[in-house]
Amino acid sequence: MLAYALKRLGLALLVALAVSAASFVLLRISGDVALAIAGEGARAEDVDLVRRTYGLDRPLIVQYGEWLARTLTGDFGQSLYFKTSVAGLIGDKIGATVILAFASLTLALAVALPLGVLSALFPNTWIDRLSLTIAVLGQALPNFFFALALVMVFSVKLRWLPVSGSDTWAHFVLPAISLGLYITPPFMRLIRAGMIEALASDYVRTARAKGLSPLSVVVKHAMRNALAPVVALAGVQFGFLLGGSIVIETIFALDGLGYLAYESITHKDFPVTQAVLMILSVVYVLLTLATDLVNAWLDPRLRTG
Amino acid sequence: MSLLDVERLTVDLATPQGTLHAVRGVSFAVDRGETLCLVGESGCGKSMTSLALMDLLPKAASRRAVRLSFGGVELGDLSPARMNDLRGNRIAMIFQEPMTALNPAYTIGDQMTEGFRRHKRVGRAQAEARAVDLLGRVGIASARERLGQYPHQLSGGLRQRVMIATALMCGPDLLIADEPTTALDVTIQAQILRLLGELAEEFGLALVLITHDLGVVARIATRVAVMYAGEIVETGAAADLFAAPRHPYTQGLLDCIPVPGRTPRGSRLGAIPGVVPSLVGALKGCAFRSRCRFARPDCETDIPWRVDARGHGARCVLA
Ligand SMILES: Nc1ncnc2c1ncn2[C@@H]1O[C@H](COP(=O)(O)OP(=O)(O)OP(=O)(O)O)[C@@H](O)[C@H]1O
Ligand code: SF4
Ligand SMILES: [Mg+2]
Repeated sequence: MLAYALKRLGLALLVALAVSAASFVLLRISGDVALAIAGEGARAEDVDLVRRTYGLDRPLIVQYGEWLARTLTGDFGQSLYFKTSVAGLIGDKIGATVILAFASLTLALAVALPLGVLSALFPNTWIDRLSLTIAVLGQALPNFFFALALVMVFSVKLRWLPVSGSDTWAHFVLPAISLGLYITPPFMRLIRAGMIEALASDYVRTARAKGLSPLSVVVKHAMRNALAPVVALAGVQFGFLLGGSIVIETIFALDGLGYLAYESITHKDFPVTQAVLMILSVVYVLLTLATDLVNAWLDPRLRTG
Repeated sequence: MSLLDVERLTVDLATPQGTLHAVRGVSFAVDRGETLCLVGESGCGKSMTSLALMDLLPKAASRRAVRLSFGGVELGDLSPARMNDLRGNRIAMIFQEPMTALNPAYTIGDQMTEGFRRHKRVGRAQAEARAVDLLGRVGIASARERLGQYPHQLSGGLRQRVMIATALMCGPDLLIADEPTTALDVTIQAQILRLLGELAEEFGLALVLITHDLGVVARIATRVAVMYAGEIVETGAAADLFAAPRHPYTQGLLDCIPVPGRTPRGSRLGAIPGVVPSLVGALKGCAFRSRCRFARPDCETDIPWRVDARGHGARCVLA
């Protein structure tokens, strides 16, 4: 198990490295850093001066190496737009994004788990059709549309919840619902399919033949096996939520990493964009790794093998 | 009255093609200390019969019976909760597939003891002591260590022994084994079946054993019931039935067993030519007639059950 974990960790770090290199190159292709620093409308000589001063005229690989070396020591540089340290900026914003991701995931599971299990227990009944409807809605509605609809109803009409910002827990309610509903369908499908398979399995028949209580048959025997892939999905979705909340954070002006990424891109703030991408990819890769390890630990065939 | 007394048991299955009559009015009885073997080709309704006894039929199935009495209690009248109290407790069942019958996520010890702890309301230590005892009894060495192992760490033969030991935990009166050895190596098949026979005797169980293997039946059956297309076509004491089979289908099955010395080496394993009629919709007359050498016009009418003084019965115009 330890050897397996170390091997997976090595692989994960390699992936993170590859992602950082790719994003470095892509960002450089997308715009001129020197121009961004010198300012829109600067004279060509000034731009050239900046280019030489910052070493931006050197080969890309050298610049990447330098950036990587600095980053590994925790130095992400200065923001061009906010004029503060990038690390400090990210430290300020990451909290809101983590809270949002956590709340959305909790919400999605709170909806998907009971509905998925019930629709597997009672296929083709009203409860099954209700979950199908929610799944289809969650998937078909673009999540910005749903977010705006929520704002219209709960903030503008009813005035129950704030429109934008991130000062109190109330600011997180609508963003969490928007994102939560968006990621609910894959959970619901996975849970339903897993439960249907588990309930039809030989070991569940054995459990029934032992005269165990229906609760024990469903929860202990069927659910335990049906939920293993759900853990994996939750890990991946959490990573997705950390990085994928750009749209929602922007709509609600929720002051998190996604909103920061959006701002840094519109202001051509390269160091910030690069750092956010780097952090998101590392977090994503590590989450996937953690998920794999939890799964391995849940499955005795891997744990004891 | 016998421990288990089944009269005119019917199992219907709703299918897209129509109602499938998987079990069409079977009757049999078993007592403690007896082994009843249910034999017949694939699809003749053996598993449906056993699942009907356990009330574990698939959702699409419905069960009816004139009588389904166990220890004097009519099973058809029991609430699901009361039936659940019997299941695994006084009636236990072993299935065909030992590789998948155990839950991969829990230890052998946990799975062996959970039913016992529920039915007998005893603590863990006491349940484990009994599990160790029974594992030893079914021939598993170092039983104590086995309790902490997971199913994937055991071979198929060992798993089936675990299933047998688990079934015996509560000291059931009736044990139903549905082809318990089909998935195992030939050498292990014989061991397991011999073990089942011994245990049935030692524990005074009523054993209902479903099997394709007539060689086994000849060794351990007290009574045999031969099923064809959802019906019992012949039943009797094992010795009588083997000595003088009265139904052409039984005769065909017996002809299929290779006899050492008499069957030429390398000859193909015998099989009865022809196909089983569809079980969807009504069947009239003898279901076997499309494959029977002796079929004649009156085989198309309803054929009465003919039983002799020794309780050897058959449903055939020739019997
Ligand atoms: N879930 C189901 N839905 C519909 N039909 C079924 C189902 N299970 C079994 N059947 C049908 O019911 C009939 C009886 O099946 P059963 O499993 O009792 O046969 P069997 O005698 O146990 O056969 P085998 O020796 O292959 O186990 C068969 O014709 C089969 O096709
Ligand atoms: S009733 Fe007729 S068809 Fe059926 S087994 Fe007897 S002889 Fe053959
Ligand atoms: Mg079967």
